[in-house]
Amino acid sequence: MIRLEKRPQPSKFWGALTPVLAVIATMIAGGILFWMLGKDPLEAIRTIFWDPLFHETFGPYSRPQLMVKAGPLILIAIGLSLGFRAGIWNIGAEGQYIMGAVCGAAVGLAFYPSESMLIFPAMVLAGAIGGWAWAMIPGVLKVKFGTNEILVSLMLVYVAENILASVSQGLLKNPDGMGFPGSRNFRDFPAAHNTDLIAGTGMHWGVAAAFIAVILAYILLTRHMLGFQVRLTGEAPRAAKFAGVNPTRLILFCLGTSGALAGLAGLFEVSGPSGQVSIDFNAGYGFTAIIVAFLGRLHPIGILLAGLLMALTYIGGELAQLMLGLPGAAIQMFQGMLMFFLLAMDMLSHYRVRWKTPVAAQEGAK
Amino acid sequence: MTGDMRQGDALMTLEGLTKAYPGVVANDQVSFSLLPGEVHALLGENGAGKSTLVKMIYGLVKPDAGQMTLNGTDFTPVNPAAARAAGVAMVFQHFSLFDALSVAENIALGMDNPPNTRELAGRIREVSQAYGLPLDPDRIVGDLSAGERQRVEIIRCLLQNPKLLIMDEPTSVLTPQEVEILFKTLRKLTSEGTSILYISHKLEEIRALCEHATILRLGVVVDTCDPREKSARELAELMVGDTLHVPSRDPAEPGEVALSLSGVSMPSPSEFGTDLRNVSLEVRKGEVLGIGGVAGNGQDELLAVISGEARAREGSITLAGDEINILSPSARRARGLLTAPEERLGHSAAPEMSLTENALLTGSVREKLVDRGFLRWNKTEKFARRIIEAFDVRTPGPDNAAGSLSGGNLQKFVIGREVLQNPDVLVVNQPTWGVDAAAAASIRQSLLDLAHKGAAVIVISQDLDELMEISDRFTALNEGRLARPVSTQGLSVEEIGLMMGGAESDEVAA
Repeated sequence: MIRLEKRPQPSKFWGALTPVLAVIATMIAGGILFWMLGKDPLEAIRTIFWDPLFHETFGPYSRPQLMVKAGPLILIAIGLSLGFRAGIWNIGAEGQYIMGAVCGAAVGLAFYPSESMLIFPAMVLAGAIGGWAWAMIPGVLKVKFGTNEILVSLMLVYVAENILASVSQGLLKNPDGMGFPGSRNFRDFPAAHNTDLIAGTGMHWGVAAAFIAVILAYILLTRHMLGFQVRLTGEAPRAAKFAGVNPTRLILFCLGTSGALAGLAGLFEVSGPSGQVSIDFNAGYGFTAIIVAFLGRLHPIGILLAGLLMALTYIGGELAQLMLGLPGAAIQMFQGMLMFFLLAMDMLSHYRVRWKTPVAAQEGAK
Repeated sequence: MTGDMRQGDALMTLEGLTKAYPGVVANDQVSFSLLPGEVHALLGENGAGKSTLVKMIYGLVKPDAGQMTLNGTDFTPVNPAAARAAGVAMVFQHFSLFDALSVAENIALGMDNPPNTRELAGRIREVSQAYGLPLDPDRIVGDLSAGERQRVEIIRCLLQNPKLLIMDEPTSVLTPQEVEILFKTLRKLTSEGTSILYISHKLEEIRALCEHATILRLGVVVDTCDPREKSARELAELMVGDTLHVPSRDPAEPGEVALSLSGVSMPSPSEFGTDLRNVSLEVRKGEVLGIGGVAGNGQDELLAVISGEARAREGSITLAGDEINILSPSARRARGLLTAPEERLGHSAAPEMSLTENALLTGSVREKLVDRGFLRWNKTEKFARRIIEAFDVRTPGPDNAAGSLSGGNLQKFVIGREVLQNPDVLVVNQPTWGVDAAAAASIRQSLLDLAHKGAAVIVISQDLDELMEISDRFTALNEGRLARPVSTQGLSVEEIGLMMGGAESDEVAA
């Protein structure tokens, strides 16, 4: 018989170890899944986790891709983690990501084909403002009317998707595109193109921004009063109010910051790796970043590692589709399992597992 | 240990009951017996093992070793339902009632085989009349006073015709008049042969009510006595195992008005809270103002409106002559008004955060622990260490989580955090609630010392003995209204009861 005993305070040791255990459990359960699909489980796991980094042929192509995919995930997850720590649940980063991309791209495209140095910075600003404004909608509604930010931010994702579809077939459509939906490609617009900072590494401005965000978030949470207030609000909302934290300001700060960072991620993506505003430009980074935030324990360094890992499953998943013919849905399921195991393993940091002695077990069986 | 000779006619005997938790032995070889129709007191400080012991009797906790008998036969309840079936009932300190349901519905929920509602309502009326506990079965529990809620719990127990009734700190929520009603009920029960195991830390009550007392210290029975033959002080010293330090002070002339509320009204932020109605008070430098009253009469709301967590809708609050109603909690702290709310876990302290972080929680402004937005962790840790040393907080160090401290130690930390910031005005709510006697005495002494140094202190408390001991003037909250403060000197229990808006005289007679 197994018995759970609540720990007096959550174990830091298990808190750090559970993400690792969750990854291992996901590998095992994923292996079983792949085996049931008729694939060799070991080969599938190797294709997902090993080949993208170390395979002779695929490695050189995949390694830069790791940065390209991890950049937006980390950038968004850092923003989300601030809110999650304070108990403010922005689930709509995907929508803020789209709106950042649309606003930033619109500013750039408006000046086509200017060669001014100011265009890209203006686009970055517009991208951040776009995401920020989209996140302010659930923020203001929550502050003024007490609406639930989970529902409002999530529903606004679908609104943003429709706006994206509309502008890529209308306002932002490429005039020289012979009627195809989608904007001009930023590859043909050098002043507005978010190119690799070092050619061939995948290190574009968005990746740099992600690393800067990790550092700033770390300083904010450990050294700054605002970060302390964020943590205090999450741990004990009444104590935060008693300490003098203004809940309204904190809600708007957390939602605004996560929106702005998601908007930035969208802008860097649309002006770089993706290249154009298209109907299906968004790839679900805004949702996957929620997993990244929790997998990284809402800690900036953890999020950095979790973002890289999650990027690996994306690339490895594509490779597995290509090499082994695994269905695309299998890899999404794989990511879902990761979140599932993480939440389940959390129990270990809050509880101690004990095996009952035989005598006690007999009594317990009554 | 005792009572072997009267085991033959005992209702219940406990023999060598032992229960250990990881790191602590809660009960070690506890033995005593209960006679039919007696009120038996279980005395001890917090953490002495009283709760564990009654939980074993009530079937909530399984003993590691030892035997119990009830009416001479073996008694090993596997769960509370089994204990109830055997005739053991218990009234808990914290009520388990649903605010939105009626009295009868609540009682039906706690019964193993409830009869239909009309029959039940009839039986509730019967029992409530027979035992002098007025209660209308159709009323919604959310509208009842704390005393009436307790009656719901008691009647729920009495409907089972218990042989043994366990009561955990029953009078902590009652006015003196309500205590009288309760004692009449209990005496009637014992005259019919029911035994009562009575847990309390109010020694005068135990001396008035109980025939036997078993005293626990650190899980061990240290003494048994007849409390009627001992003084309250002797009983307290038996509990603590040491001579007790009684707070002392030199009376000083009160100075000018430090904090004043005039005509303050505020709707309660919580649904079942109490609105403040036209509250006016003044507290002077060097003075302790005691505010009594039964819990739930606006204490939390009064503290919130003073701390700045809530704003008064009408009236004005002035600190040293300046209006402060629109100021935030931090701005009020900067001006010298500090507060300590009742609830330690989650309100005055964040349980999962370290003591250092909790020192920052209210100390950031006055102790200058923040420099242009950045935290000065070294300075904060020094402040936390200063509190721990000055207030004898028992903890391995300031890195430990606040929630890992015992209630008394955390309360010492919270009070110390405010006192060491040298407030001009300090307002505390239930400063010694759930705190052991020695810690309570040191907290009271620190409040008196603070007043002696010239600060104005307001103590909101349910513990009348505490208020009589330390306050210069006394007033009471009743349904959000504050009585006119009077001097504590020569105040009688009857006057206090009237100020608390206690039970009506016809209820006492019933």
